[in-house]
Amino acid sequence: MLDKNQIAQRIAQELEHNTYVNLGIGIPTLVANYIPQGIDIEFQSENGVLGMGPFPFEGDEDPDLINAGKQTITTLDGAVLFDSATSFAMIRGQHVQLTVLGAMEVSENGDIANWKIPGKMVKGMGGAMDLVASADNIIVAMMHTNRAGESKILKQCTLPITGVNCVKKVVTNLAVLEVTNKGFKLLERAPGVSVEEIKNATAADLIIEGEIPEMVL
Amino acid sequence: MINKVVSNINEALEGVESNMTFMVGGFGLSGIPENAIAALSKMDVFGLTCISNNAGVDDFGLGLLLQRKQIKKMISSYVGENAEFERQMLSGELEVDLIPQGSLAERCRAAGAGIPAFFTPAGYGTEVAEGKEVREYNGKPHILETALTADFAFVKAWKGDTAGNLIFKGTARNFNPLMAMAGKITVAEVEELVPAGELDPNQIHTPGIFVQRILQGEKYEKRIEQRTIRKRE
Repeated sequence: MLDKNQIAQRIAQELEHNTYVNLGIGIPTLVANYIPQGIDIEFQSENGVLGMGPFPFEGDEDPDLINAGKQTITTLDGAVLFDSATSFAMIRGQHVQLTVLGAMEVSENGDIANWKIPGKMVKGMGGAMDLVASADNIIVAMMHTNRAGESKILKQCTLPITGVNCVKKVVTNLAVLEVTNKGFKLLERAPGVSVEEIKNATAADLIIEGEIPEMVL
Repeated sequence: MINKVVSNINEALEGVESNMTFMVGGFGLSGIPENAIAALSKMDVFGLTCISNNAGVDDFGLGLLLQRKQIKKMISSYVGENAEFERQMLSGELEVDLIPQGSLAERCRAAGAGIPAFFTPAGYGTEVAEGKEVREYNGKPHILETALTADFAFVKAWKGDTAGNLIFKGTARNFNPLMAMAGKITVAEVEELVPAGELDPNQIHTPGIFVQRILQGEKYEKRIEQRTIRKRE
């Protein structure tokens, strides 16, 4: 089974050279720690920065320099700052190629729910609806089940959705799944996790073809 | 040069009344018009509609207006950091319209640019699309979003000049330039106010034509919401 850092590490293998990437809050933020050698990436944060760098050293924090999670950040050489409309022009206009974000639920047709639990938690969608409506490639990073042990991989979302038919891949603590037009296809198992265990933890049907390889981190 | 300078925050807020709609710049606590919010929180104006990406935290930013129950309705994209907000919303005291962040930004920009409505893919198939016209462009469904206007827009910049031209710093820019365009009366507060002619015209982010009143903010706390650092090697 993978921990959160290992989920991020596995997702980092999906990064393509010379691309612009938006990382959501939580596990997705950790992806920046595992960029493979020889891969050049620029990270976009929707509050208005491209070329985001690591967190600042103590004493260098700047209240005028934060990411979309409101964390203090730094910028790298070549970075640029802009307003929110320009930022979402980059996103809506599909100039940002990959979005990695967290989810509460993902369905087999690629719907994602991650912004609201009616009557309980209402935080808002932030930029997630714009991001999932537009990016060419959308990868979800999340735990396979919720705190109650219920599958977050579903035939149909039960929570209010954030976007339809948009998720391309899901990386969880148990597996890598691809969203195909026939449903979830199991691509890889987490180290030490059997296909049977993945099936038992998954409410949606899985397409399983041949031997399923173990992830290599 | 048209001089936009007002001498203090009370003069800047002249004409503010109950039941008005305000735009308030900032993302989280970064780039919020601290002085305008502080002054509004001491005025007896209620029933306000506030358009702002976030709603501050319990004891800072728009949280100050929420505490005094001055806000009737919030139009935002993310409100997760404010417990009092959540309480007022779940109890029904506060009306809340949550809209995708990119649509929020563009709806402000559109208002300022004379575009009454536009189609966007964001929110299609979700609660956000309910009651909105859907049209397909390039094989993809889009929803109709309308421009947002406001009686006052309160924005904050790093530097400004007496003609109302503004320069922002870092990610404190965010919604400020767009809201400046959209406000019927835009009040810009700046950390440093300089005479017209001192700012390089090539470097100005918001042209002074969008700003009706400008003043130097009395003080800035510039609170950090999530202080994240790394260890020195």
